[in-house]
Amino acid sequence: MKRKEASMWQLYLTFLKIGGLTFGGGYAMLPMLQREVIDIHHWVTEEEVLDIYAIGQCSPGIIAVNTATMIGYRKRGISGAIAATLGEVTPSLVLITMLATILLQIQDNIWVQRAFGGIRVAVCALITQSVFTLSKKSLIDVPTVLLYVATVAATLAFSLSPLMVIPAAILYGLVVQRLKRRKP
Amino acid sequence: MIYLELYWEFFKIGLFAIGGGLATLPFLYTLAETHGHWITSSDIADMIAISESTPGPIGINMATFAGYQAAGPLGGLVATLGEITPSLIIIIFIARFLGQFDKNPYVKDGLYGLRAAVVGLITYAGLKLFGTTLLVNGSIRIKETILYLVLVFLVLRLKKIHPLYWILLGAILGIVLHLPS
Repeated sequence: MKRKEASMWQLYLTFLKIGGLTFGGGYAMLPMLQREVIDIHHWVTEEEVLDIYAIGQCSPGIIAVNTATMIGYRKRGISGAIAATLGEVTPSLVLITMLATILLQIQDNIWVQRAFGGIRVAVCALITQSVFTLSKKSLIDVPTVLLYVATVAATLAFSLSPLMVIPAAILYGLVVQRLKRRKP
Repeated sequence: MIYLELYWEFFKIGLFAIGGGLATLPFLYTLAETHGHWITSSDIADMIAISESTPGPIGINMATFAGYQAAGPLGGLVATLGEITPSLIIIIFIARFLGQFDKNPYVKDGLYGLRAAVVGLITYAGLKLFGTTLLVNGSIRIKETILYLVLVFLVLRLKKIHPLYWILLGAILGIVLHLPS
């Protein structure tokens, strides 16, 4: 896939949209991120999004911000990183400062609670879709499928932190590829 | 000066909280102990509730809210800028470094393993979210689960539809079906 260029303004507006449409933590941004930066703008590939996400998880700070910074930097250097990051945080800044007191009152409202009850289910469905599409690009052979299953099992059983999973996965990749090359 | 102090406190949180927005919580509780006039633990409980029902990354929502409580709108802005500054610096460094080693065979081999594990981590986070959304005290919420299955089926078939519309549909159905059940 050919990657397209991005202007600063496009970076700001796209991440503004992503930030404004993410309900929940860093993972909830993934469906929106894939749609905007891969499908619509063709700025990065599926594989790159996975790499960027991995880096975002084991670096300090908010995952969504780390992701925005990384993509902004890849497209337009330091100023692109700043534009994308400011876009990502603008909706929070505006909504929270303008509505903080109102939000505290309306969150007990029955209509709001029902709407969010439905939104959470929709977010679950969207994350399922993300896992499906991303697995096509990353679970490409038997060793990667095994690693995937082991990661899910180990995190479920022991709540392992990404800080432990990610270095282990890198080491696994290095060893498996080396063994593969040795075989004729 | 309160703005400088806010910036510095949230700079430290941005620097030391690894693993996303919820990882900032322990730091915020410490802040409530050392700077009780800024935020209290009950503010933090409110913050979590608000952050989860407002668009935007949870960590940023919480920083904005805490800064706002401490020093008004400008406080919210300063706290948020403090929290994102370490990310900007660190990620730009990592991006530069990676850019130089993109074609390196070791980096490629490492990424081969990394990508599979990241999908595993995303699956884990998804399953935890399913747990809080589709289950209650260990039993299945019928309405939510049926809605989830229907939505997954539709989302996987109608790939062209922007996630925004699924979220809107979710909000409408939540009201119509009287969720959470």
